[in-house]
Amino acid sequence: MSQTSDLKLDGNAIGGLLAEIFNLEMTSAESTCGGCGTVNAVGRVDVYVHAPGAVVRCPACDQVLMRIVHGPGRYWIDLSGIRCLELVES
Amino acid sequence: MGRLTVTRLTWQIGEVTDIVQETPKVATLTIEVPAWSGHLAGQHVDVRLTTDDGYQTQRSYSIASPPEEARLALTVERLEDGEVSPYLVGELRPKDSLELRGPIGGFFVWRAGDPRPLLLIAGGSGIVPLMAMIRHRAAVEDHTPVRLLYSSRAFEDVIYREELERLAAADRTLTVAQTLTRSQPAGWTGYARRLDRAMMDEVAWPAQEGPQVFICGPTSFVEAAAGLLVDHGYDPRWIKTERFGATGG
Repeated sequence: MSQTSDLKLDGNAIGGLLAEIFNLEMTSAESTCGGCGTVNAVGRVDVYVHAPGAVVRCPACDQVLMRIVHGPGRYWIDLSGIRCLELVES
Repeated sequence: MGRLTVTRLTWQIGEVTDIVQETPKVATLTIEVPAWSGHLAGQHVDVRLTTDDGYQTQRSYSIASPPEEARLALTVERLEDGEVSPYLVGELRPKDSLELRGPIGGFFVWRAGDPRPLLLIAGGSGIVPLMAMIRHRAAVEDHTPVRLLYSSRAFEDVIYREELERLAAADRTLTVAQTLTRSQPAGWTGYARRLDRAMMDEVAWPAQEGPQVFICGPTSFVEAAAGLLVDHGYDPRWIKTERFGATGG
């Protein structure tokens, strides 16, 4: 296995970060990739946290789904790679 | 499908009540968290350390205790080059306080009552969230058939060894298969190699049973295990994984 592969985590790893931004449990939300249309639970997508921030990629086509940077006193959130996020009311 | 759960995450202070050394590198911290909201088996918490000069760093740790236990248990592996784990395993003492937030996660969770047979696959300390599921099942006397495949490097690295033996001996619906990949003690009757197709064919439920699968461990282990299960005929949607990378910290 390459080094890159072992740096890869999954959406579970940013469950806390997403909850601090959205105040919602997001790992079970279903995301549709804007590139290839594959639908995956956020807990299932690829996550890299070694960049200055978190980079979230589609496990099917590798497109960037989300980028989240937490700076002093603010967040920058790029969701442009996600076509749709689906959350089911309990 | 996910559920919309409002979760206002706030940092809380817990008090360490007990520390048990599980293996030479792994310890279980029992923590009293006032006003703990409860959790599900498979969830984790974030632990934050703050140094005297204000530098903060945090890591995620799976919850080992079942929802039925009031006190939170975290089982942590000490990674020598880690930033947080050498403090948690080695320096932290009972009565110390610890800052944490959670529970976190709703994808990698198992609730008793799900009728599908369970297949749990753990690499090293990836056993921790799966143990919460096994303990949850035992606590509520759920009899969903469970097969656990647990890979460790050596016999002395096996976390929860005695508890797993005890639970499996008392419950015919819980089967524990172990593999030791690096060294095996004399008389070892388990597997002695990395996961492979023949092992999956022996341990995994036949695909016709439509099982639910949870795999946790280092990234390369998780991907190898998931790939073998797809080769075994499993639908990828049955498989939930949690990767903790190469190191963790």
